[in-house]
Amino acid sequence: MSIRVENINKKFGDFVALDNISLELPEGQLTALLGPSGSGKTTLLRIIAGLEQPDSGSIAFYGKDQTDQHVSERGVGFVFQHYALFKHMTVYENVAYGLTVKPRKERPSKAEIHKKVMSLLELVQLDWTANRYPNQLSGGQRQRIALARALAVEPKVLLLDEPFGALDAKVRAELRRWLRKLHDEIHVTSVFVTHDQEEALEVSDRIVVMNQGRIEQEGTPDEVYEQPATPFVYGFLGSVNLFHGRFEQHQIVVGADAIEHRDEALIHGTDVFAFARPNELEIITDVDATNGILATVTQVLAYGPQPRVELEGVNEIGQPQHFQVALPPESIKGLALQIGQRVRLVPSRLKVFERDSSAVVAGDKTT
Amino acid sequence: MFSTAQAKSVIPGFNITMGFSLLYLTFIFLIPVGGLLLYTSLMSWDEFWRAVSHPQVVASYKLSFTASFIGASINLVFGFLAAWVLVRYQFPFKRIIDALIDLPFALPTAVAGIALVTLYASTGWVGQYFELFDIRIAYTQIGVVIALTYIGLPFVVRTVQPVLEDFEAELEEASAALGASRLTTVIKVILPALLPALLTGFALAFARALGEYGSVVFISGNLPYATEITPLLIVAKAEQYDYNGAAAIGTVMLVAAFVLLLVINFLQWWSSRRFSH
Amino acid sequence: MSTVTNASALPLDRSGLWRRATEEPQWVRRTLIGTTLVFLSMFLILPLVVVLYGAFEQGLKVWFAAINEPDAAASIRLTLLVVAIVVPINVVFGVAVAWAIAKFEFRGKTILISMIDMPFAISPVVVGLIFVILFGSQGWLGNWLSAHDLRIIYAVPGIIIVIAFGTLPFIARELIPLMQQQGKQEEEASLTLGASGWKTFWYVTLPNIKWGLLYGVILCNARAMGEFGAVAVVSGRIRGETNTMPLHIEVLYNEYMFTAAFAVSSLLTGLALVTIAIKSFIEWHENRNRVTA
Repeated sequence: MSIRVENINKKFGDFVALDNISLELPEGQLTALLGPSGSGKTTLLRIIAGLEQPDSGSIAFYGKDQTDQHVSERGVGFVFQHYALFKHMTVYENVAYGLTVKPRKERPSKAEIHKKVMSLLELVQLDWTANRYPNQLSGGQRQRIALARALAVEPKVLLLDEPFGALDAKVRAELRRWLRKLHDEIHVTSVFVTHDQEEALEVSDRIVVMNQGRIEQEGTPDEVYEQPATPFVYGFLGSVNLFHGRFEQHQIVVGADAIEHRDEALIHGTDVFAFARPNELEIITDVDATNGILATVTQVLAYGPQPRVELEGVNEIGQPQHFQVALPPESIKGLALQIGQRVRLVPSRLKVFERDSSAVVAGDKTT
Repeated sequence: MFSTAQAKSVIPGFNITMGFSLLYLTFIFLIPVGGLLLYTSLMSWDEFWRAVSHPQVVASYKLSFTASFIGASINLVFGFLAAWVLVRYQFPFKRIIDALIDLPFALPTAVAGIALVTLYASTGWVGQYFELFDIRIAYTQIGVVIALTYIGLPFVVRTVQPVLEDFEAELEEASAALGASRLTTVIKVILPALLPALLTGFALAFARALGEYGSVVFISGNLPYATEITPLLIVAKAEQYDYNGAAAIGTVMLVAAFVLLLVINFLQWWSSRRFSH
Repeated sequence: MSTVTNASALPLDRSGLWRRATEEPQWVRRTLIGTTLVFLSMFLILPLVVVLYGAFEQGLKVWFAAINEPDAAASIRLTLLVVAIVVPINVVFGVAVAWAIAKFEFRGKTILISMIDMPFAISPVVVGLIFVILFGSQGWLGNWLSAHDLRIIYAVPGIIIVIAFGTLPFIARELIPLMQQQGKQEEEASLTLGASGWKTFWYVTLPNIKWGLLYGVILCNARAMGEFGAVAVVSGRIRGETNTMPLHIEVLYNEYMFTAAFAVSSLLTGLALVTIAIKSFIEWHENRNRVTA
């Protein structure tokens, strides 16, 4: 294991940023720390880097304790959200910086530095900017230079703090693919922080989902998306429709309606959350059917990038609730739905969590 | 040259405010300064040259420029240090000390002058200790430097402070993460970013010191060829009704002031260009 | 390197080992703070103490007598008279020029701003000299002035003129950046609501600039009372007539009347302290507003 985080706790005043975090990150993989703002993901990254001090716990790289080590001696590459390029230095000088500040004994020769810097600039496809200043580059270019600068010192681990956060959507998508490709070439153990689930799913080998200073789940993108361990993870990775109800003999009762559901592990009478993603719901126009939640069509969006039907129903205590169903355009047209039409929603797949057990919500994870 | 206002603005009062400002500036500033330059230009070149190149005058230039330069340099170092300490560290009475930095702006120069000479005279609170090492401060060129350091003290601190406050911590963190020692980070990352502010503060302190009179006359002793600064010579010549001599030297000082002002404006233009995105 | 590899849940005091990337080691911090404090005490605090000590060394009675001595009292009256004339003029000029610069676009604006800055850079003795050459008895207008029995140099009008010149930038320099930063939207809004230009200034602009204006006035006031070099050239140092407070201090000092010199100095020192106290208060006030906004 290249990075080992053990029992890390961190408070800012009364706010618990990290609550006893333990984590092991495998060598050569690209791991995403995913979570909403305030979940502690950036704090954890900064503690791994040595930019922040944990109240307790330890950090080790390749079996060697780093907890008290100064950031300049940890051998990490750190990429900041706002690039943090040195404005008074050229691109070349920025990338060469980590090498030129080495103590005389360890410092490579000028020729070696030149060779290294130029090869890195070629790697990030920006060798033609060597003599420019950072303020002459676009945001995406600056971030690639920041990455080249971090890689120049051949870091043991590469840490990226919301590396695409300051970029506009198009550049972000492009840079994302580029980072994935780059990582496949250089295989340095990398951790990046993001609040964007799509980004995490697309780029990383592993995802660590964090919430309120704790780890909710960790696993491959497939695992966390397909088998969310907690309601939080389910809700955070993509849109969901949520049903509050009670499990009663092969069905979940939600107010006046019910959904069929078979689960041997669930005890009769348990209060549950049931989740279904928009593409896991079907629309039944037969209102008299016994299976399915009654809802009213409020909007039909058959065209555009995300064809879907928006509906409104009521939850178990009679308050209005919003639902979303994603269907292919031809299915939507086939249903010939009218605004205001009453329909029933039937899940093709349902993920059920016991409601009262906070242990499930918090994620009792030990891998 | 100011009249081509794009008078499309709906806000009233351009003509009256601009008119009054220009009138006032013309009478109190433009005509008098133009008058001095005209007065000097009416002198013959020989007369002008004799006045400005007299050995006693040249000695005063040397002292004024050297002492101002040393004073501004001391302020460059300690002003940077003070700005750093005030922005980055916490210590008792910090707010009061921060406020007191402006004292040389607000305290009349004559008061500063008698306070400094009393302190640094060979019997004074500070001077007596230097006396033990046979170092005289008051009535020597060191005294001139002390006075010029005093009046230039706020400039470097006040130009550097805001830049240091806005300095992105991420740049320091990036430098440290790349393996740089703290000293290397300060020298290679922080100082270059502060350079325009440091130079502006230095130039302002230097300009102020060059023209300073009140705080120096008490501590300098005013010995010709030794501790006589150029402004003092101008006063002496004016009091002896040697208007030509005074005007010639005054013109030299005025030109020096304009040049410094240009340098300062250039520095500000340079820094805004260099550090904007 | 630490040997702690087995993490415990107990908070460990690692303050001595770990160091933040943006911080220096403690001994460096202490050395820097110490050096700065020594430097600032030598240059800022000791001069202050020596003035106050000199003024009150022989008791309040002596101090009071020194202030009330006729020539000292005359110098105080003259200084207050000068300030009462110069400060209002500079307020009007400062507000007018800041209004023109901040609310309108015109060619030559940068030249105008540099021109306002110039009195900062010109030596006060050169300022004095300029007016001696214009109005002095040997100056250009000297004959005409004496023919009409007018005295400017070695008289009060000359003192007022040079001080007005020297303190010209102070209020304008405070107001220009402030008004530029505030833009003109609020004024335009007020005008569209039917307010007159004057009412707009009074109810919209003035409340926005009042703190900057106050500091400008207080600084202008302190500098006007303390102006020395320029006044030294034009006043002629006639005791009881053309000596402002700083000139009177010089006279007393040169006559070895140190206690009296420090007593008059203590008044100006008090004024300087009040000035920087008000400045700090305004800055504190603005910071607080910015934080709560």
